[in-house]
Amino acid sequence: MSLPLSMLALSTTTVGQLISLKPPDILIIVLYFLMVLGIGVYLKKFANTSNDFFMAGRDMSAWVAGLSFLSANLGALELMGWSAATYQYGILATHFYWIAAFPAMVFLGLVMMPFYYISNTHSVPGYLQLRYGESTRALSGISFAFMTVLMSGINMYAMALVMKVVLGWNIHFSIWVSSLTVAVYVTLGGLYSAIFNEVLQFFLIWLGAISIPVLGMIEAGGWNGLVAKIHERVQGDYVHLWSGMGSFSGNPMGVHWTGMVFGLGGVIAFGYWTTDFLVVQRAMAAKDLRSAQLAPIIASYFKMLVPLIVILPGLLALGVLPFKLVPESAVTPGLHSYNEVLPIMLARYCGPGLLGLGVTALIAGFMSGMAGNVSAFATVWTYDIYRPYIRRRESDQHYLRVGRWSTILGVIVSIGTAYLVTHFKSIMDYMQALVSFFIAPLFGTVILGMLWKRGTSKGGFWGLLAGTVSSVAMYTAVVVHPEWLRYIALSPDAKPMAENLYRALWSWMICVGVTIVVSLFTEPKPASELQGLVLAHTTFPDNRGIPLYKRPIFWGIGVGIFFGLLQYIFW
Amino acid sequence: MDDKVQDLPVHHEHHQMLPVWFFIGVLLLVYGVIILWVGVSDYNQPTQVILANEHANVWGGIILILLGGFYTIRFWPRRRLR
Repeated sequence: MSLPLSMLALSTTTVGQLISLKPPDILIIVLYFLMVLGIGVYLKKFANTSNDFFMAGRDMSAWVAGLSFLSANLGALELMGWSAATYQYGILATHFYWIAAFPAMVFLGLVMMPFYYISNTHSVPGYLQLRYGESTRALSGISFAFMTVLMSGINMYAMALVMKVVLGWNIHFSIWVSSLTVAVYVTLGGLYSAIFNEVLQFFLIWLGAISIPVLGMIEAGGWNGLVAKIHERVQGDYVHLWSGMGSFSGNPMGVHWTGMVFGLGGVIAFGYWTTDFLVVQRAMAAKDLRSAQLAPIIASYFKMLVPLIVILPGLLALGVLPFKLVPESAVTPGLHSYNEVLPIMLARYCGPGLLGLGVTALIAGFMSGMAGNVSAFATVWTYDIYRPYIRRRESDQHYLRVGRWSTILGVIVSIGTAYLVTHFKSIMDYMQALVSFFIAPLFGTVILGMLWKRGTSKGGFWGLLAGTVSSVAMYTAVVVHPEWLRYIALSPDAKPMAENLYRALWSWMICVGVTIVVSLFTEPKPASELQGLVLAHTTFPDNRGIPLYKRPIFWGIGVGIFFGLLQYIFW
Repeated sequence: MDDKVQDLPVHHEHHQMLPVWFFIGVLLLVYGVIILWVGVSDYNQPTQVILANEHANVWGGIILILLGGFYTIRFWPRRRLR
């Protein structure tokens, strides 16, 4: 999902470090590293085939697949970044956890996972190859492999920078220790290791961060006390989700509700949650179709609860901190940036022991992000680039070896990226934009492929290309002529954050439009080649006889009711 | 490809793998012991953080021990071979 990469501009001019660790904290961190390495060593004996290494044997229960599905997204960069965004924009940041999560996750589980799972593909580019052909797979696979390994490097750099600012650790030490640890446990255990450590990370993040909202609400005097304190300190509405979104100028983010619902909650969220292979791979690793469908739905419940440990700390910082935080550009010695909200709140409430647990949670979040990216890269590289274009028809053991070596390659490239970013920080902005170019059009291509049997190979390729190129064009236009944002977002009052949302919407529409038009003028694949790939030619398992409470749709409706309740409470 | 919806857990013969919950249980149990020990050691002179008198380390340590202990015992290897 869109990462608040402004967080990565953490100032290095901050004097001193935010947190001092005591021996019990160091011990907790060391034990975490020993555990993840131990898990990798243990799991090596189970990763004996390419299916084991890349797809965890398609053996995961719904709960394991679901928690790792969520954790693959829930990195420390996101935790810290969205706490910072909450300090700036208030409770509006919660939209990125609610409207921008549950509809897409439930849609993935109920509508799209059957096609991913029944087709027995190994990746999203793999599905595109089956549905549309090699050219679409190549476009998607190469771009994904490139972006995901660069994101791994950015994660690595972000972690090193955070550890430097928060703990005073040397950047090189952080980069090398974390990357070598990730390299070892993913090379040994493949996706098994990545998933196990993501589920571990889920527990550590919750247990490491929960002390902030609990103690913070005690200090603030409950929700009403917190709201009163916020109103004493800041102007504007920081505690309502929707009531200020009737106009661009009515809320701190400068976004209209249509952009939030259709841009963020629609195209961006659906594009990310349903086609980003890093998260989809976790659901594909489930042991059967119903578990694969339940995985993102289980994850959606916990995603709805994440604001407790991300948004609430940001609001608490607004209400209880005796000093104001400032934008990154305004940081001078003695001042702290918005991006330091989470570690500041950790240091405020947590003594030795709990502090170590909180820091370990951040480290775990960063490392799981790297591991997830590297394992996804290895899968797409091996199955979607190496096997079809470099060495076909090798043995399974050959591809297993390639998978292990490409994991190491991925880590090496990530380290290189991390060092590149230390010198050229603008790369982070470009990476954010690069990811956004593909997400929305890819969703258009995949969903049309799954639901519309008339979609052709040429239609899929040209639609994806057109959507991506249009997104690049709109982005470039606004960079060169910032005043053109009013045309992209259809309002002179739109602020920069609106650009991303509306650009995604238009590029998706262009992708879908071009796909439909080109398909109508080109020859579709015969029905025999579309079995299990598109709605009209797929037989779904019969759920009659399965108790209602075991059906994915039951739990999907449940999270919808949960979502509705939360919108009403925080309207 | 015909995919059958499974109502019962699928048993893969070649995988007698310890579940992830066991590893989580062990780590949380050890963390709980460390944090509780710190909390008890510092009980009369807690570190100067906000709400230090709430002794969050003690409560946190107990919760971790209970949670970690539950997962460790529940998913202990000898129990899974029954």
